[in-house]
Amino acid sequence: MSKFIKRFYLFLVYGFLYAPIIVLIIFSFNEGRTRGSWDGFSLIWYKKLFSDKEILSAVYHTFLVASITTVVSTIIGVLGAIGISPYRKKLRAAILGINQIPVLNPDIVMAVGLMVLYRILGLDFGLVTLILAHIAFTVPYVVLSVLPKLKQMPSSLPEAAMDLGATPSQTLTKVIIPYIKPGIFSGALMAFTLSIDDFVISFFTTGNGIETVSTLVFSMARRGINPEINALSAIMFIIVLFLLVLMNLRTEKVT
Amino acid sequence: MATQIELRNIEKSFGDHQVLNQINLEIEEDEFLTILGPSGCGKTTILRLIGGFETPDSGEVIFDDKDITQVPAYLRPVNTLFQKYSLFPHLNVYDNVAFGLRIKKVPEAEIKPRVDEMLGLVNLKGFEKRWVDSLSGGQQQRIAMARALINRPEVLLLDEPLGALDLKLRKDMQVELKRIQRELGITFVFVTHDQEEALTLSDRIIVLNEGIIQQIGSPLDIYNEPINAFVADFIGESNILEGIMHKNYDVSFSGKHFVCVDEDFYPNEAVDVVIRPEDVEIVSVEKGTLQGEVLSCLFMGVHYEMRIATSAEIYLVHSTIPRSIGEPVGLCVEPDNIHIMRKGEVEGDEEL
Ligand SMILES: Nc1ncnc2c1ncn2[C@@H]1O[C@H](COP(=O)(O)OP(=O)(O)O)[C@@H](O)[C@H]1O
Ligand SMILES: [Mg+2]
Repeated sequence: MSKFIKRFYLFLVYGFLYAPIIVLIIFSFNEGRTRGSWDGFSLIWYKKLFSDKEILSAVYHTFLVASITTVVSTIIGVLGAIGISPYRKKLRAAILGINQIPVLNPDIVMAVGLMVLYRILGLDFGLVTLILAHIAFTVPYVVLSVLPKLKQMPSSLPEAAMDLGATPSQTLTKVIIPYIKPGIFSGALMAFTLSIDDFVISFFTTGNGIETVSTLVFSMARRGINPEINALSAIMFIIVLFLLVLMNLRTEKVT
Repeated sequence: MATQIELRNIEKSFGDHQVLNQINLEIEEDEFLTILGPSGCGKTTILRLIGGFETPDSGEVIFDDKDITQVPAYLRPVNTLFQKYSLFPHLNVYDNVAFGLRIKKVPEAEIKPRVDEMLGLVNLKGFEKRWVDSLSGGQQQRIAMARALINRPEVLLLDEPLGALDLKLRKDMQVELKRIQRELGITFVFVTHDQEEALTLSDRIIVLNEGIIQQIGSPLDIYNEPINAFVADFIGESNILEGIMHKNYDVSFSGKHFVCVDEDFYPNEAVDVVIRPEDVEIVSVEKGTLQGEVLSCLFMGVHYEMRIATSAEIYLVHSTIPRSIGEPVGLCVEPDNIHIMRKGEVEGDEEL
């Protein structure tokens, strides 16, 4: 009996969480315009989606931003993590504390902060500010996913490499990076997912008509319900879900 | 033999903890030198100074008459065998062993026979494709050895490389280490806290305690003529007694006067008296210089180890004839076997 209650409770929780998404996906295949009634199965909104220039350009920007962000913040994050790992405990704790702030901070604070900063610096809002903002908020996640691997690495490994004649940079590329590779991959994957997923920070730091999928969906939704949004959201959901599953599989394999 | 490595007046502290104090040391070409001392006495730090992983606060590291104190590890002609966990887990055995040669851009055609040769040397032919974590601890250390030796270093530094192995494997590896050192004819600087290991393997031993070199000498010298009570105790179980050197050849301890062979002490100087357990003779009560009672008697395989209480101390005695517990016995010691030591004397003191 109690088992049944537990199951039911779980079902309820997941129901609340996933019902909207399931409804959205189902209605993305609806022939009619409204979410109120089911007018029959159709791929019409997917077709319209793929011929809508505005949407395609947003998808392009989203992936462009995510790709550049992933590459840059992975490099910065990995080097940063390697840089802080040999510090003494106290200093490392302080740096890590600072690193945590963007992670725990509400997105909106980060977003407004970046917006104000760009204003002060007199930057033109657009693709560049957008990418800079995404790099800024994803780097800490990369650092956090690389550090545990670095901590796990015995100090005798890089020392052995140097002992065998490897210069510090050869030690980095031939020993340290291969060792922490799993951490680098999950950090990169996380940066990519977070970048695709982000709305708040993108909304405040983009401009010049550069839209990402999430900011476009937001502005479309304000103009009135457009079933293309359902189709687009469904696709985005599937992509992010896929990335998350990939990420979990990786971490499971690593630990 | 020529001096290959020299440490001159090395001082090293971590924070306000002084780890090495005035280390002066010469390492000869092609010798098997062991640094022996209890855990935490600074052995690893000395090796790391030679290997280039630490720089001294003051003093110099000299290699073949050149000052290499500031030369980084990757440019030094020495290789290290670390205590453990030093094989690269993302590479297989072959690639681990080939690592140093690939760094030096040696052509692959030349690498292959050299890896083969090294795996032969450490008796692990056929392990090329194995992954590091599929190897036992002993095999890992042998691969680490092959990986270090393939670079043909002039000196191999070994930091308790057998410390993580069980006793049987340890003995086998000791034999193998000695064989390899002889075959290749290179200098080994070996670190251990195991006095038996040090005595078996070394040409020379340096006994270190709390960052100060206590004594340097051949295993026999150190075993037979320990310079102070610390070395005597560390190198083998010993009876260490407080004594007074009254005049030449006359020492008293345990409340009795004994004849000894030592001279040149101050009159009535307080000294440490060291007597090895195998040098204490058990005789009848009347014949003994000291009288005591057997407290315990354990069979140790070759001899019996007994604890015998006199009125002042408990003596550790090794004998092939067992005595029963509670039995009153007499003890005596030959003058030759009474070792008198100045309190706190260390290597180099007599030159002052
Ligand atoms: N990097 C370091 N930072 C602080 N203290 C250290 C460091 N390395 C060694 N020590 C200290 O120096 C002393 C000697 O260490 P070590 O040379 O490793 O001794 P051993 O190898 O003889 O056991 C120890 O007390 C150890 O705690
Ligand atoms: Mg050590």
